Amino acid sequence: MTDSLLEVRGLQKFFPITRGFFQSVVGHVRAVDGVDFTLKEGETLGLVGESGCGKTTASRCILRAIDPTGGQILYRMRSGKVVDLATLPQGELLPLRAEIQMIFQDPFGSLNPRMTLLDNVGEPLLVNGMKNRRERADRVAELLRLVGLRPEFMHRFPHAFSGGQRQRIGIARALATNPRLVVADEPVSALDVSIQAQVLNLLLELQQRLKLTFLFVAHDLSVVRHISDRIAVMYVGQLVELAPTAEIFRQPQHPYTAALMRAVPIADPRVRKDDGILGGEVPSPAAPPSGCYFHPRCRHATARCRAEAPELREVAPGHFSRCHFAGEMTF
Amino acid sequence: MTEPLLSVRDLRVSFQMDEGLVRAVDGTSFDIMPGQVLGVVGESGCGKSVTMRAILQLVEKPGRITDGTICFRRRNGADTVDLARLPPRGAEMRDIRGAEIALIPQEPMAAFSPVHTVGDQIAEAILLHGHRWKEGGRKLRRAEARDITVGLFRDVGISMPEQRIDAYSWQLSGGLRQRAMIAMALSCKPRLLIADEPTTAIDVTTQAQVLALLRDLQARYDTAIIFITHDLGVIAQMASYVVVMYLGRVMEEGPVDEIFHAPKHPYTKALLRSIPSLYGETRVALPVIAGALPHPFNRPPGCPFHPRCPDAMARCSAAVPSLQPVAANQLASCFLHHDVAEPA
Repeated sequence: MTDSLLEVRGLQKFFPITRGFFQSVVGHVRAVDGVDFTLKEGETLGLVGESGCGKTTASRCILRAIDPTGGQILYRMRSGKVVDLATLPQGELLPLRAEIQMIFQDPFGSLNPRMTLLDNVGEPLLVNGMKNRRERADRVAELLRLVGLRPEFMHRFPHAFSGGQRQRIGIARALATNPRLVVADEPVSALDVSIQAQVLNLLLELQQRLKLTFLFVAHDLSVVRHISDRIAVMYVGQLVELAPTAEIFRQPQHPYTAALMRAVPIADPRVRKDDGILGGEVPSPAAPPSGCYFHPRCRHATARCRAEAPELREVAPGHFSRCHFAGEMTF
Repeated sequence: MTEPLLSVRDLRVSFQMDEGLVRAVDGTSFDIMPGQVLGVVGESGCGKSVTMRAILQLVEKPGRITDGTICFRRRNGADTVDLARLPPRGAEMRDIRGAEIALIPQEPMAAFSPVHTVGDQIAEAILLHGHRWKEGGRKLRRAEARDITVGLFRDVGISMPEQRIDAYSWQLSGGLRQRAMIAMALSCKPRLLIADEPTTAIDVTTQAQVLALLRDLQARYDTAIIFITHDLGVIAQMASYVVVMYLGRVMEEGPVDEIFHAPKHPYTKALLRSIPSLYGETRVALPVIAGALPHPFNRPPGCPFHPRCPDAMARCSAAVPSLQPVAANQLASCFLHHDVAEPA
């Protein structure tokens, strides 16, 4: 671990499948099985994939909202000390909670409807030892201003706000403890187009102002492309490609990434296309296919792909791909 | 010139709530030609779904169609019926709903009954409107309806249709469920298909499959489709004619190329600018539409968009601009392009 803020190595999270009266374990859903990446301070890594690919599970493991099954999550604390979040005992997590925060997808479900903004946004401060209500109110006012809301709003309840405003409140709460790493799980996918752009602009501005590091989890490639320095693509629990944003869009080195890009409907009626639509469906992570998990849907698949699972390897500087033919083929 | 299949004129739907009157649809007009794909685009609360429910007479209480006409040309005759005047539970409406105008809902999980197999649910619709499939109006037998269902499943690209029709909706994946829903919507050979955000709940690669399927079916059966979505990319890929709605009113309408390459209304322009593209510059501030969608109880006077409009003039808050021609095939409700106001 050199100068990076976060380094994830071989992350795994399996959920047991139980059956019968005694709930005996009959198998495992390999929700996350092989995720490796590093995050430098101040950068944004976009984590994309379709539903069920394990992107949310991976981000929850990093937050230690759930305990990973295997792998390492090395995090460099503000003090400079490096800890492994994957194995850190519960009791030692509290100081890290302030440094790693989360922005949720659903701005309606993630705020407590019985608490005013002061209490919603101020709760992380209270937990982290700011007992004085006066002091908390000052900090909440400052946070609301930061996300573009009026400080007077702090005595209102969440129901008085629109979706976009609630997402701003959620962002203010995430920033309350001066975090260094913010995990944003689909922060704009529940918002309308005109509001989505406002929230994306806010996130970019806050990142620059507060030197934040973002792990931006989303399924919308155009949103991820807009906000990320680098992009990681997941498929059935595995990281299949990781590269700088411009690079991955210029020359994707994994057929799944290429198919994902082709599937995005382009907002221009003059560019209509029907070719290269990915057939088939995402396999179940409880029973993934042999060899490369993508081979049943891949138009370039060979006998080798069916038999041998590819490793994630560096095909160009900073460009990683989990495909046998990466670097040899244009997808 | 061909006559429109469906013609909506000055439709108004409102919901009487305890807190006040919500005018969800406030004077919407548009036409759809036979075999056309009409895209209806707008953000949440713009009234796009309520308009479609009004067409099917499915507006739930306390909602009510208060004004306007919905003229639909029926399959058999040259006459049109005004759907807005038909009793929602009457024989004629029930004969049209599902049989001549079908709906593909947004959430196929909620639309299918979990306690009946998908095949049974589709066969039920076929039996109900069975005379469409047989000359002379003879009643269909259950086995015949089942065969038709298998054929429909094959048409919408479901593999192993004989087995899949005996599955329950919760046993199918999101993409298959939406395909089954499309099969159900097509089961009575409708002339108009209303697709209400049919791909919003599914993933992008599955979405591409479903969109390709709809395009293919549309070409094969020449069904007219009203495609409702908030996704401008989907509209650009699917529609031939586009209606842009905001707060229950049509802001602009026109052929898809004009809407995307020569938009006239400031709202359309702002909407197009605010989406991140796959080609533009990254990590820069996107142009935004200032402000938020107004609360439904709190509609602005005059043009509904004027508080957020960069080009608003004094007149915009005083009068409501009507939908007028602004180019060869394009209409817009904006005083920048004409000065015809709605009668007060």
